[in-house]
Amino acid sequence: MDEALLRSLTPGVLAVLVRRGADFAAAEDAVQEALVEAFHSWPADPPRDPKGWLVTVAWRKFLDATRADAARRRREDVVEAEVAPGPAADVDDTLQLYFLCAHPSLTPSSAVALTLRAVGGLTTRQIAQAYLVPEATMAQRISRAKRTVSGVRFDQPGDVATVLRVLYLVFNEGYSGDVDLAAEAIRLTRQLSASIDHPEVAGLLALMLLHHARRAARTAADGSLVPLADQDRSRWDTALIATGVEILQAALARDRLGEFQAQAAIAALHADAQDAADTDWVQIVEWYDELVRLTGSPVVRLNRAVAVGEADGPRAGLAALAELDPALPRYTAVSAYLHERDGDLPAAAKLYAEAARKASSLAEADHLTRQAARLNTRQP
Amino acid sequence: MAKYLLLKHYRGAPAPANCDAPIDQWTPEEVSAHVKYMQDFAAKLETTGEFVDAQALAPEGTFVRYDGEGRPPVTDGPFPETKDLIAGWMVIDVDSYERALELAGELSAAPGPNGEPIHEWLELRPFMAAAPTITE
Repeated sequence: MDEALLRSLTPGVLAVLVRRGADFAAAEDAVQEALVEAFHSWPADPPRDPKGWLVTVAWRKFLDATRADAARRRREDVVEAEVAPGPAADVDDTLQLYFLCAHPSLTPSSAVALTLRAVGGLTTRQIAQAYLVPEATMAQRISRAKRTVSGVRFDQPGDVATVLRVLYLVFNEGYSGDVDLAAEAIRLTRQLSASIDHPEVAGLLALMLLHHARRAARTAADGSLVPLADQDRSRWDTALIATGVEILQAALARDRLGEFQAQAAIAALHADAQDAADTDWVQIVEWYDELVRLTGSPVVRLNRAVAVGEADGPRAGLAALAELDPALPRYTAVSAYLHERDGDLPAAAKLYAEAARKASSLAEADHLTRQAARLNTRQP
Repeated sequence: MAKYLLLKHYRGAPAPANCDAPIDQWTPEEVSAHVKYMQDFAAKLETTGEFVDAQALAPEGTFVRYDGEGRPPVTDGPFPETKDLIAGWMVIDVDSYERALELAGELSAAPGPNGEPIHEWLELRPFMAAAPTITE
């Protein structure tokens, strides 16, 4: 059974229930139950019309739950609505679900969890495992999120920027569990791009594909991080890169630049280089200038300092760095790298060690410690 | 979306700002109220979707180390009362550092003698996260 296909039907099925008058929280529970039943019964008895099957079963689950809850005030209304056949879900419904699950009233972690369940069709257990929290905790997070958005009208227009931030979070900060969150983020972004014609949705999709293409090269066999400059570029997924570049070019041609398109453009320039030395750093600096203009983000300025160091030499990079707040995450690591490039190895070694102590992930800490060790033990 | 450890010490943390008496000098009711406060705190975090784990450690511990091929490990301890001693921990999964501070402050308000918050010092330590995919 194609699990991704099954889960791709989730938002449409959920939308049908909501359109028929079910409240979002109860409809979402019912769809989850229908998905679980599909997982069990489809392998032996695949339905001819998967979506129709899911709608029928989910609606029955919903009615069962509603009838069981005699106190539910809307019972009569809902049962009455049963006779009205739901319209086939259209793309707008899927889009509305994305908006609802990324509603600005939700915290980032709640929006992520709700999106993965209601739009992605993942189970609470899968989401809990992916984010390394107990299932009961994730169940509470999701039900709170559903309560938070319960008063939001389903047909209210949303802001696509909030949706993109949620999908970016899923892609970028995904832990590794049974669920491949990076692949799931790509799937959800692709599905979103089919629902809305927006250059930044395309930009985010391109950004994800271009980074996903490097995945195999990003870690060594022992699990250690391999920085971009040292990656074996023959292990990059060229088909994924080609798709990402194509999507990006179509988006850029619309002349409505946004931060994800600019980030994707930088990733595309890296993808285009045969090796680190072949990289068009001058053009990358230009894209960082665009990104600074679009976001004003200090993290972007920090990455820009690295690019300036490559384009105009380490002294120029250090000068760009000097304008930034040393408390920025990775500031010390960037400083270490630029000092090494500038030939000041003792300072670089000390900075690498300091950066290792400040790192927020173990893989980065280990990588930086190895850099310090490499400089400290070098032959004179 | 970051995990933090709230670390509670038997010894080694600065003295609580509002309680000189060790817990075995409290009344049983005060001890019960203190324990209940922490249980209620954990239960509340479950409902907010921020709870990950809570564990208590027995005070007695042993240091162990390798002592060469074919030899049994060497043990040492317990150590004098000057050593840092961890009592237990709670792990939370929250949206921000500010939220972690807020929760640690709330847990530190657990009641002691006369039901007054003891203002106990808790150590807040971030977990190492997964390395982000997009860094440049």
